[in-house]
Amino acid sequence: MAEQPFRVLPRLEPATEFFWKSGEDGHLRFLRCNADGTFIHPPAPVCPTCVGRDLAPSVVSGRGTVATFTVNHQAWFPGLELPYVIAIVEIDEDPSVRFTCNIVNCAPEDVRIGMPVQVVFERYDDVWLPFFEPVGASS
Amino acid sequence: MTLNAAVTGAGQSDIGRRLFRDPLELTIDACMEAIDSAGLTRDDIDGLATYPGNMDFPPGFSGAGITEVQDALRLNLDWFTGGIEMPGQLGSVINACLAVHAGLARHVLCFRTVWEGSAQGDKGRSAVMPGGGRGGGGGGGVRMGGFMQWRLPYGAPSAANWIAMFAQRHFHEFGTTREQLAQIALNARANAELNPKAIYRDPMSMDDYLNVRMITSPLCLYDCDVPSDGSTAVIISALDAARDTANTPLRVESVGTAIHGRPSWDQWDDLTTMAARDAGAMLWRDTDLRPDDVDIVELYDGFSFLTMCWLESLGFCGRGESGPFVEGGHRIARDGQLPLNTHGGQLSAGRLHGYGFLHEAAVQLWSQAGARQVTVTRPGPRQGGPPATAIAAAGGGPLAGAMLLVRD
Repeated sequence: MAEQPFRVLPRLEPATEFFWKSGEDGHLRFLRCNADGTFIHPPAPVCPTCVGRDLAPSVVSGRGTVATFTVNHQAWFPGLELPYVIAIVEIDEDPSVRFTCNIVNCAPEDVRIGMPVQVVFERYDDVWLPFFEPVGASS
Repeated sequence: MTLNAAVTGAGQSDIGRRLFRDPLELTIDACMEAIDSAGLTRDDIDGLATYPGNMDFPPGFSGAGITEVQDALRLNLDWFTGGIEMPGQLGSVINACLAVHAGLARHVLCFRTVWEGSAQGDKGRSAVMPGGGRGGGGGGGVRMGGFMQWRLPYGAPSAANWIAMFAQRHFHEFGTTREQLAQIALNARANAELNPKAIYRDPMSMDDYLNVRMITSPLCLYDCDVPSDGSTAVIISALDAARDTANTPLRVESVGTAIHGRPSWDQWDDLTTMAARDAGAMLWRDTDLRPDDVDIVELYDGFSFLTMCWLESLGFCGRGESGPFVEGGHRIARDGQLPLNTHGGQLSAGRLHGYGFLHEAAVQLWSQAGARQVTVTRPGPRQGGPPATAIAAAGGGPLAGAMLLVRD
């Protein structure tokens, strides 16, 4: 395995640990209300629709759409190869649930708003960071 | 609702890229100038307000807190506030308006100090970023909670990245171009040429703009403000108390503080607008004035796209129409129908973080702006004279606060 670049990792806390470890079995999960199906992201202790408390991580398809993106050229951190693409992805199950991530396995100049993408995980220590790539890029 | 509040004084310290001076001293310079400007003395100040309050991190973001300034000037306070969870940087000034309106205080000294230029030294912006400047492999011990956990793992620590994504979506939906966005930076630079305190005063051309390095597309270096050292202060007085002050009181006609969407950089419902949308709409809720009545606008340009967002949000053009609105730059020029960021904005005059816009609005309305003083060119009762109405607005993303000032 190639040496990984430096990344600041999320601190695993009770509310978020499921999310950052979700990729261990290859599936992306978001918190969801068992009463009305609302997805809740970032995780919160209450459903914003029904204010119910019966919430649980729910597997999603891992498919989504690029809502917007930027090609970053600035070296904010040492070690990350420039340029790289930062994007906001809307998940297929509910476009109001968005996730800021990197688009990988795709040349920066080829990224487009509206592009269908799928999740791909990379493990860093005890965290499985979700990235997104064009659908079919690594199949 | 009519607010019983007015701007009666304004002051500013030296401003520089890197002054390497005690930020509390800069703060005192600005505060004393504001108090003098209002014709008041320290004994008259019974309220104190600031943004964001005392913070050690990020370095340079806060130059002084309430307690340091109160103690340094030995102020006897009936009311004070300092903090960061409010409607943008000007939220602290709006809080002061509410305090004098409610009678808790008569003259509130409001200040904002930054020393981000000196804090960065020669190491650039990454030196003051969370996790910036630290080596080590993945999982090398630096961990982040809170909202930054959703940004930092992906190399997106800067508001430049987050705002660039709004700009990109705006370009996509409305056909906005870099040449249009450039007008915010070019206009700022043209105005800064007349401002002796501005940091960048050399002329800038469209070619300069289009050829400078990209930071995070579509934002290039000249779309990003310049980290600086400096302090700005204003006095907010109750209207009856303002009768005793040296300057014509600038009545706070209305304010905008609303945020109706999710307070988030990526979960916000419309990725072409920001909280400015709601704050801007609210500004017109409690006044009979309309955008056509406004003589000058001083609108936050921490990044150029934010100014476009404020122009739309305040109704100077329709949603998505800020590109054509600023195209060519004539309309927003100092001799145009809507002079914008007449001091050079944060892009060229320095990142004073919100308060600089209010300071500029005040000195323009008092005809104290020297070589850059604006004359109203828009047809109407004030044509050919000094401006009498101004909007100062600050903030980006989930932060937004706006004030409409009137010199009666």
